[in-house]
Amino acid sequence: MRKVMEGSMAVAEAVKACKPHLISAYPITPQTHIVEFLASMVADGQLNSEFVNVESEFGAASVVLGGSAAGARVYSATTSQGLLLMNEVLYNIAGMRLPVVICAVNRAVSAPINIWNDQQDSISVRDSGWIQLYAENNQDAMDLHVQAYRIAEDHRVLLPVMVCMDGFVLTHTFEPVELLDQEKVDKFLPPYKPLFHLTPKQPVTMGMFAGPDCYMEFRYMMQQAMERSAAVIEEVAEEFARIFGRYTGGLIEQYQVEDADTVLVSMGSLVETIKDVVDAERANGRKVGCLKIRAYRPFPAKQIRQALSRAKRVAVVEKCVSLGATSPVAADVKSCLYSTTGGPEVSSFVVGLGGRDIPTDTIRAIIDQVETGQTDLTYMDLQTDWLEEEVSA
Amino acid sequence: MSAQATFSPLAPGHAACTGCGEILAVRLALEAAGPNVIVTCATGCVEVTTTRYPQSAWNIPFIHSLFENSAAVASGIQRALAAMGREDEAKVIAMGGDGGTADIGIGCLSGMLERGDDVLYLCFDNEAYMNTGVQRSGLTPFDANTSTTPVGKVSSGNQTRKKDMPWIAASHGAPYVAVATPGYPRDIERKVQKALTFKGPKYIQVHSPCPLGWRFPSDKTIEVAKMAAETACYPIFEIVNGELTGVRKLRNRKPVTEYLKMQGRFRHLLRPEAAEEVARIQAIADENAKRYGIDL
Amino acid sequence: MKLTPGAVGMPGTTSPNRTGDWRVSYPVFHNEKCGGCRLCEMACPEGCVTGDPKAKHFEFDPYYCKGCGICMAVCPVNDIEMAQENR
Repeated sequence: MRKVMEGSMAVAEAVKACKPHLISAYPITPQTHIVEFLASMVADGQLNSEFVNVESEFGAASVVLGGSAAGARVYSATTSQGLLLMNEVLYNIAGMRLPVVICAVNRAVSAPINIWNDQQDSISVRDSGWIQLYAENNQDAMDLHVQAYRIAEDHRVLLPVMVCMDGFVLTHTFEPVELLDQEKVDKFLPPYKPLFHLTPKQPVTMGMFAGPDCYMEFRYMMQQAMERSAAVIEEVAEEFARIFGRYTGGLIEQYQVEDADTVLVSMGSLVETIKDVVDAERANGRKVGCLKIRAYRPFPAKQIRQALSRAKRVAVVEKCVSLGATSPVAADVKSCLYSTTGGPEVSSFVVGLGGRDIPTDTIRAIIDQVETGQTDLTYMDLQTDWLEEEVSA
Repeated sequence: MSAQATFSPLAPGHAACTGCGEILAVRLALEAAGPNVIVTCATGCVEVTTTRYPQSAWNIPFIHSLFENSAAVASGIQRALAAMGREDEAKVIAMGGDGGTADIGIGCLSGMLERGDDVLYLCFDNEAYMNTGVQRSGLTPFDANTSTTPVGKVSSGNQTRKKDMPWIAASHGAPYVAVATPGYPRDIERKVQKALTFKGPKYIQVHSPCPLGWRFPSDKTIEVAKMAAETACYPIFEIVNGELTGVRKLRNRKPVTEYLKMQGRFRHLLRPEAAEEVARIQAIADENAKRYGIDL
Repeated sequence: MKLTPGAVGMPGTTSPNRTGDWRVSYPVFHNEKCGGCRLCEMACPEGCVTGDPKAKHFEFDPYYCKGCGICMAVCPVNDIEMAQENR
């Protein structure tokens, strides 16, 4: 059944269908509507979860860590400052191999404080051992939540999953979505069976102290789990497609990439804008394409290398930056192409920080720029006259 | 192992120091709680000495997460058990040191208390960050020599008083709050068992003398603990539904010097020049005696 | 070493550690004046003092005893003495 609803509501509906035992979150714009809808569902008896209001995001992450360790399916959602505050717990959850699923609503990070969309927050935790899936639209956001639990809880993986969706752009936008049929979700997502959990019936010790003699092996095991998860992500997407009739998962998506000279690489809602520009430019005879990275961690190096093998020029367009260096997604893309001979030129573009609008003309300007030559790092649409003023003061 | 207990929560062979007051307090408290528990623990001496992979001393389900979130993890476990219909399977007990409770952990503890989650929180108070080398915490007593409040030419040690955690817990509405000490080992057991009869958040603070950090011979652990209570430096009491009760009263309260002279961390106060500092500590003890009605 | 995902440990696996190797003195339980109060048993941080309060007989486990001397210190009838290890 198709319905028009706010992105946050679509996510709440998806979470409800997954029947988590425990939900804990702390309010922060623009994640608020997701947890408010969930609280409402619990209050009305529609959703039979324990809803734990906490004193901070750090508390929320710790509460879901405890719940997962006790063997429950859990959920949280946060953004920006909240995600940064949870930082310590995120690494802890991943290291303990607990299949927690959260929604990371993408928002700019402070300072200066800014509540609008960019991807700096989730990018900043890319090393934590969390699987990161980026949603292009509200349907994606819904579907990825359901797939996230399947991926996380798979004993070949046992890593937490972060479903990233652009704040306001997706969370507060009303779009038509195909609702999830509960029977199909139940068929697709069986109850969580933990590998280990806390119970007096079979006591175990979690969160142990590992010395130099074995710590490295535990971290390597996480690396291996990440590598195995790539195949699981694709498997799960295929099964989802079989049951629900649409393919909204996987590692990457290629949009007119096969014969493209110029390929734009991006993640999240920006991809929809880029696809529109690709269509328009193709009509003008330019051979351009769009490579969407859906799973940023594990980084699908092999798939990306293969997809970009025929391109002459690649423009990586992202809403984040690694200050003092280049841009993170571009760095990963360049790195996976480095060993290929005769590969494309890769240019890196930073757009939309702090929710700055990204009009189709900006995408066009990016295509124009890469067609004239390679550039290392370009911030698009800067108010350069303001910046000159600042320097001369 | 207690003759009455048929189970032991903690197997021997762990790396706690000889004469460790904290591990003793933990053992007494958890023996009283029985085998049907799930325990969370903050980073500190207890988890470091008992859970070095692949060896764990814990015969009960145990989780160590981070330094400051023992209370929040416990809340999550308890609420998850409720959600899964497994509430009757186990009592949830959170443990933390003084630092993990009163300083870095106070936010998560406050949340757990405020939510009213059915968790017993045990604070093992060895009065400093012992595991990292005896640095001061919010529960370090006045004039104690620690590595971050060292005694020197212009300092007589820590210049702050203990954060009043039991009353902070009671102010949150916790139905059962208590202070205990291994100076009276059976009292620890009694209080833990009593706490577990209450529904909702419970807080018990257990004084945990540290032979290494407080500098006293390893056989004196229980004597030092008892002396802290007998000088009113560490009042022993309960707060039940907000009312002070169960105060351990003293017929002949001893002067604080009896307690101070037992420990190297207060050795600098034994000099005649330190008489004023000793008087300040005596004043704190006198205040405790008055506030709690300790003197018989 | 067997590695579990997330470094999950099994119960009571510290038992092989002979912490008795640490001690420089050990308790001698005379069991002459023992009143069966069980304080020595309760006061041991390692939990390695066991006995029968009715039989008024207590002993320590030399495999684990770290020789702290607390049992000697708490015994109300001075029935326990610390002796020097001679190994």
